[in-house]
Amino acid sequence: MGNVPSAVKHCLSYQQLLREHLWIGDSVAGALDPAQETSQLSGLPEFVKIVEVGPRDGLQNEKVIVPTDIKIEFINRLSQTGLSVIEVTSFVSSRWVPQMADHTEVMKGIHQYPGVRYPVLTPNLQGFHHAVAAGATEISVFGAASESFSKKNINCSIEESMGKFEEVVKSARHMNIPARGYVSCALGCPYEGSITPQKVTEVSKRLYGMGCYEISLGDTIGVGTPGSMKRMLESVMKEIPPGALAVHCHDTYGQALANILTALQVVWFVFQMGINVVDSAVSGLGGCPYAKGASGNVATEDLIYMLNGLGLNTGVNLYKVMEAGDFICKAVNKTTNSKVAQASFNA
Amino acid sequence: MAAMRKALPRRLVSTSSMGTLPKRVKIVEVGPRDGLQNEKNIVSTPVKIKLIDMLSEAGLSVIETTSFVSPKWVPQMGDHTEVLKGIQKFPGINYPVLTPNLKGFEAAVAAGAKEVVIFGAASELFTKKNINCSIEESFQRFDAILKAAQSANISVRGYVSCALGCPYEGKISPAKVAEVTKKFYSMGCYEISLGDTIGVGTPGIMKDMLSAVMQEVPLAALAVHCHDTYGQALANTLMALQMGVSVVDSSVAGLGGCPYAQGASGNLATEDLVYMLEGLGIHTGVNLQKLLEAGNFICQALNRKTSSKVAQATCKL
Repeated sequence: MGNVPSAVKHCLSYQQLLREHLWIGDSVAGALDPAQETSQLSGLPEFVKIVEVGPRDGLQNEKVIVPTDIKIEFINRLSQTGLSVIEVTSFVSSRWVPQMADHTEVMKGIHQYPGVRYPVLTPNLQGFHHAVAAGATEISVFGAASESFSKKNINCSIEESMGKFEEVVKSARHMNIPARGYVSCALGCPYEGSITPQKVTEVSKRLYGMGCYEISLGDTIGVGTPGSMKRMLESVMKEIPPGALAVHCHDTYGQALANILTALQVVWFVFQMGINVVDSAVSGLGGCPYAKGASGNVATEDLIYMLNGLGLNTGVNLYKVMEAGDFICKAVNKTTNSKVAQASFNA
Repeated sequence: MAAMRKALPRRLVSTSSMGTLPKRVKIVEVGPRDGLQNEKNIVSTPVKIKLIDMLSEAGLSVIETTSFVSPKWVPQMGDHTEVLKGIQKFPGINYPVLTPNLKGFEAAVAAGAKEVVIFGAASELFTKKNINCSIEESFQRFDAILKAAQSANISVRGYVSCALGCPYEGKISPAKVAEVTKKFYSMGCYEISLGDTIGVGTPGIMKDMLSAVMQEVPLAALAVHCHDTYGQALANTLMALQMGVSVVDSSVAGLGGCPYAQGASGNLATEDLVYMLEGLGIHTGVNLQKLLEAGNFICQALNRKTSSKVAQATCKL
C-alpha cells in the first residue's frame, strides 16, 4: 500500500476534512454550496429535528452512576450545541432506575436555555406531579407494542398502561404541558420476537389520540433492518401524519443509520413529507439490558455526520456535540461509541 | 390539528424514492487482506490460514487472501506465498490476491493464484503518495499485469480508491471516479470495486458517484467497498444496493484500522452486513453463526475486540 507513515504526515488534517465534508451548522459556515446541493437525495426532508436522549436513555443504561453535578454540566453543554430538544431525566422510582434518582435536582439544576426544550419521562401521575413541581415544561410517556414487554417492564398490560398514560397526558394537557409518546419494541421484542406493524400502529394511534403531540417509534433492541422499518412506517403513516412521528433506533446490531436513512426516505405522498424527527444519544451512550456487551443508542455525532453529508439542516454544531461527548465519556470512564468521535480524537 | 387526526387514505404512502433491491448479493470478504493489513499486531501464517479456512466454511464465495507486495512496505503480508499455498481451496470459492506490479503478479501465479486484484485511485495525490506515480503512469503498470493475466487465463479485479473522498485532495469528482473505472473496465477488469477508502462518504455522495460511474460501466461489473471510519458504511452500502449494485466488500469483525486516522475503525463488518441483508430477505449464502466464529477466532488471535456490533450483541460476557 506504499510507504504509509510518511504519507500520513502530508494528508489533510481531520479538521480540514470535516470542514470540507460537513456543514457545521453555524452562521459562519453559511449555506450549502451548489456542489453540495446536487448531492441531496430527492424526497428527503429539508430539516431534521434531533431529539437528544443521552442524559436519559443513554445514562439510564450505563453502569457507572454519574454524580448530579456532572449530569447538569453535561446537559448544559448539550444546550449550547444547537440541539433543540434534550431529554433530561426520568421521574421514575429510584428503586427501579438508580441512575435517575436525582431527577428533581437535575431538573432544577440545569440552565434552561431559550429555544431549547427539556422533556422528562413520567411513567405515572405521581411522577408527573413531581416533574411539574421540579419545573418540567414537557413530559414523555413510554408505551410498548408488545404485551410481554409491557408486563415485564412496567408490570401491566398494554391496555392498563394506556389507562395510566391517559391520566398523565390529560393532566399535562390541562396544564398546557406538551406530552410525547414512545412506542417501544416497534421493530421487535426481546420476549416475543417479531412485532406486527399493525400492533405498532394500534398503540401509536392510542397515544396520539389521547393527546401526545409526537410519537417516537423505538427499535428498542436494535433488531430492525431497513425492510422492517419501511413496513412498520408504512403502516403507522396510514393512521398518523408523518409530522407527528419520530424514530428512535438502537445500534445493537449496527443497523441504526441504515434504518434511519430508510425512515427519512419513506414519503407521505400527498404532502410530499416524511419523518423528520430522529432520536439519538451523544457518544452512543447506553448499553442494552437485553444483550450483554451490546451497544446502545445511535450516536448523535454519527447521525449529524450523515445528515450534514446529505445536505439536511439540523441546526446542530457537530464539534460542540463531540466535545460534550468527550466530556461525558471521561466522566463515565468509557470509550465513545461514536465512530466520528473515534476518528476525530487521537486515540 | 383536529382535521389532521383523521385516518389517511391507504394508497397515499409511497416509498418510490427507494428503488428495488437486488435479490442476491455477492459478498467479497477482504478481512484476511485489507483487514489484517491495517492491524498493528502481526498474525502468524497458521492463524491466517485457519482464518481463511473458517471463512470458506462460512459460505463466503470470494475471500481476498493476501497481497503479493514487498514485506518492506507491508510486513503483515510477508508470508503471502505460504498463505496462498497453505489454505484449503474449496470448490466454488475464489481466492483473489493483490498484485501491485508485474513482479508480484508473477510470484502470485507461481504460488497458484487464479485471480488477482489491481489497486488504483481516483486521486492523483493519493496515487503519487501511495505508489509513487501518476494515475496515467499507474494505468501503464496495470496494463502489463492485465496483458499477462489475459495470456494466463487469470481474472483481474480492479479497485478504485478514494471514490468518495481523498485524505490529501479532499473532495473527488464523480466524473474522475467514472473515468478511472471505465479505464479499468476497458483494460479487462471483470469487476471494479469502488472504495470509500477513508470512510468520509455519506449516502448522497455515494448516489452521485454511482450515477456517474453507471453511465460508463455496466452495473453488474460494479462493487462497493465502504470503510466505517465515520459510522457511515452500512448506510452507504444500503444506498448502493438501492442503486442496483449487488457486490459488496466487507471484512469479518470489521478488521483493520485506518492509517489516516489514528484510533479510527476500518472496514464494514461482514457480520453486520449479513445481518442487514438477511433482514431484507436478500440471499448471501453466508452462515452467520460460522462467520461469527471466524470473527471471534481472529479477534482472539489479534488480542482485540471485534468491531462488529452483531458480534458484540451476541457474545456472552
